[in-house]
Amino acid sequence: MTLDHLKSSLKPGFYAGIVALFISVIGMIETFSNRDIIHGVFSISHTFLVIIALITGYFSATRAQRAGIRQHGIDRRAEVVNAIAGSLIAGFVMGLFLAVLVVVANLINLRPVFVNVTPKLIDLLTFGRPSLAGSIVPLSMFTIVSGLGGALSLFRSDIRRLIVTSLLWFAFAGLISEVIRLSLSRLGVNVARKFVTTRGLTPLGAAVMLALIFAIVYASQRLRDRQRRQPDQSSPARKRAVRFRSWGLIFVLLLVLPWVVGRVPSDVLVLVGIYVLMGFGLNIVVGKAGLLDLGYVAFFAVGAYSTAILTSADQLPNIQLSFWAALPFVIGITGLAGLLIGAPVLRMRGDYLAIVTLGFGEIARFLALSDWFSPVLGGAQGVVKIPNVVIAGIELADPEELYYLIMFFCLITLFISWRLEGSRVGRAWVAMREDEQVAESMGINTIYYKMLAFAMGAMIASLGGAVFAVKLNTVFPFSFSVNVSITVLSLIIIGGIGSIPGVLVGAFALVGLPELLREFDEYRLLLYGVAIIYMMIVRPEGLLPSVRRGRELHEDEMAQDAWGKPAEVIPVPANPELSG
Amino acid sequence: MNGEKKPVLELQNVTTHYGPILMLQNLSVEIFPGEIVCLLGGNASGKTTTLKTILGMIVPTEGSVYLGGEKISGLNTMEIVKMGISMVPENRRLFKRMTVRENLEIGAFLRTNGKSLDEDMERVFTLFPRVKERLNQRAGTLSGGEQQMVAVGRALMADPKILLMDEPSMGLAPVLVEQTFEIIQQINEQGTTIFVVEQNANMALSIANRGYVLQTGKIVLADTAQGLLNDSMMRHAYLGEA
Ligand SMILES: Nc1ncnc2c1ncn2[C@@H]1O[C@H](COP(=O)(O)OP(=O)(O)OP(=O)(O)O)[C@@H](O)[C@H]1O
Ligand SMILES: [Mg+2]
Repeated sequence: MTLDHLKSSLKPGFYAGIVALFISVIGMIETFSNRDIIHGVFSISHTFLVIIALITGYFSATRAQRAGIRQHGIDRRAEVVNAIAGSLIAGFVMGLFLAVLVVVANLINLRPVFVNVTPKLIDLLTFGRPSLAGSIVPLSMFTIVSGLGGALSLFRSDIRRLIVTSLLWFAFAGLISEVIRLSLSRLGVNVARKFVTTRGLTPLGAAVMLALIFAIVYASQRLRDRQRRQPDQSSPARKRAVRFRSWGLIFVLLLVLPWVVGRVPSDVLVLVGIYVLMGFGLNIVVGKAGLLDLGYVAFFAVGAYSTAILTSADQLPNIQLSFWAALPFVIGITGLAGLLIGAPVLRMRGDYLAIVTLGFGEIARFLALSDWFSPVLGGAQGVVKIPNVVIAGIELADPEELYYLIMFFCLITLFISWRLEGSRVGRAWVAMREDEQVAESMGINTIYYKMLAFAMGAMIASLGGAVFAVKLNTVFPFSFSVNVSITVLSLIIIGGIGSIPGVLVGAFALVGLPELLREFDEYRLLLYGVAIIYMMIVRPEGLLPSVRRGRELHEDEMAQDAWGKPAEVIPVPANPELSG
Repeated sequence: MNGEKKPVLELQNVTTHYGPILMLQNLSVEIFPGEIVCLLGGNASGKTTTLKTILGMIVPTEGSVYLGGEKISGLNTMEIVKMGISMVPENRRLFKRMTVRENLEIGAFLRTNGKSLDEDMERVFTLFPRVKERLNQRAGTLSGGEQQMVAVGRALMADPKILLMDEPSMGLAPVLVEQTFEIIQQINEQGTTIFVVEQNANMALSIANRGYVLQTGKIVLADTAQGLLNDSMMRHAYLGEA
């Protein structure tokens, strides 16, 4: 028996090594080492490396298995051996990259070129043995971890799913340990201290958390399996009732959320909510109408500034409306801005539209900064003294309260998007996105429907801007950079264009996590990039796709789709030489 | 023929440019109620351009288009479609990711009364029983023949006064071509005027009342179907006779 097939494991190991080396050298490993999943035992940076090694092990094991089968036929024993051997090899290759880094860092000072190759990094990679001999540590460690990943591939798929899902949730719990700490400390500081510290979960907390997560994942998997085995034969009405109940449960959870997690996380939740809202809005523009708008921040800014000017006690026009009295004007002004920007640009094709809107986004910020408008917009000083929102005599000052305001707006937007889905307008958008010319020949006024989408998107963004203004009680031009547009677009791409739960998950991942873990901030764009490229390759429909998008993007897997492509005109026989 | 009747659709000395390039030159076409009229011509002779001009996707540089005596050139496509013209585009061009039902519904987009929508669906189903079976299938996964049916059905959903068809025979097997033309005849018998653009002159003339022949943007021949079938130049150039 030759070992040729084990060569297939070199490649995953090689890639993993490069990734591990890359995130070490750019300083990610060191940055994240200050936060632990398990206090004093396991940091977030270890988690990164371990996850990379596990994935590598898993993939190389399956590759080696398959290569082995191709060459030597099916043999259960050999498969096990191949899987383990393959993953060990890959892990070794990956470890080699880091070992070499340790060795080189020991021999020469790399810091003039690679600023981030600090003694601390080497310390981390070698678990505290930064000497030349310490290079053996990453080598052996990643070989073993990758081997574990390989072993994972040998489990039955349901058991594997159980393990992987539990571990991922556990890692997630570790990431948000600060939130867990803050929520628990509301029960009592001493209770909280037993389970979580400011750096991460305590070993006890980790054990409890892991057990809890394991139990929940196990139970939910059992439930799902049972449902799958006995296909649901209940009536549609019953099914609807079940769905209604689960949505109701989610709704109640969302309602009590700010009081569970407390002040600081609630503040983050409000920000997440603003992005959820804008995600819904941009989904109409990009997802439904197919218009790539890279300047969405402009409408967010118009919303925030018009709220500020109309309500501030300190601003020149001195209008001092209440929030609610100002709101219709804010929506109207921003909708108008949408039409104004839309009218000239919506006649352009997709890629031009993207560039022009990008420009408008920046123009909005420059206008806000300009001296010319500074008597009204406040220039670099912005607008201050924006009063809080008052509902029925209650002033929404705390983030826990403001949360309900943004949630209210989100629900309204959600309702509108949902109503649009099956409506005439919704249908026109889909048709327009698919084939603009034919849509037009069916009598769909494409310019009108594009404007409608654009204006609706703008008005929804203005709600986000309004909440943003009253959240901070001030607005500054610097809050409205192109990053806002990019974040909103990224979150709907990652969540799945057109998908509602996708927006929630995307906003949480791209806005919530970086707020909770400030370390993320530095690498935010890197993470966006990686996440988006990954999504584009593996799941172009996003994490939680809408049904139609799924259809659209996996189209080439469908048979018989070759019709209607103009290139495939079959000449008609009765038409010899003379053509017009 | 139909000397006293007023034409449903009339092109009067229409000239069309693509930018600086002259495409249609002084085109005059009349189509009377209840007729099937065909426009014959080879590749790139300007047939599709003629239909686009009628639908207002291209504005003629000279001349005008009239629908039922009203001038429509200069109006936008939506307004023209609303006045009762609908088109089966070249290559069908269904909304492939939408279901068959959704495609049909889009066809009736401009009709808001809602009442006769079901009636028109029924009409499509009687013409094409197959379409009814496929209602919830993605249009892109239909066979070529089925796509043709849906494309025609979609155009009929607008309940048009006049139906424009751009090369309905294109890319279809001979049997299907024949079926398609039978259906066209049937639709016509139900009262819809039809203007069909074709390269397949034999087939088109077998059902048409009259025909025009287009060459590099100019009409070179206009006659009854029988007249065209007997014309020596026609027989030579378009009817495959040696
Ligand atoms: N948008 C456009 N801009 C410039 N030229 C165009 C445009 N559309 C079509 N043309 C040109 O006009 C000519 C006539 O095109 P048209 O589509 O009307 O031909 P056709 O008679 O329908 O041919 P076919 O039978 O191949 O469909 C072609 O040479 C084509 O390249
Ligand atoms: Mg053509």
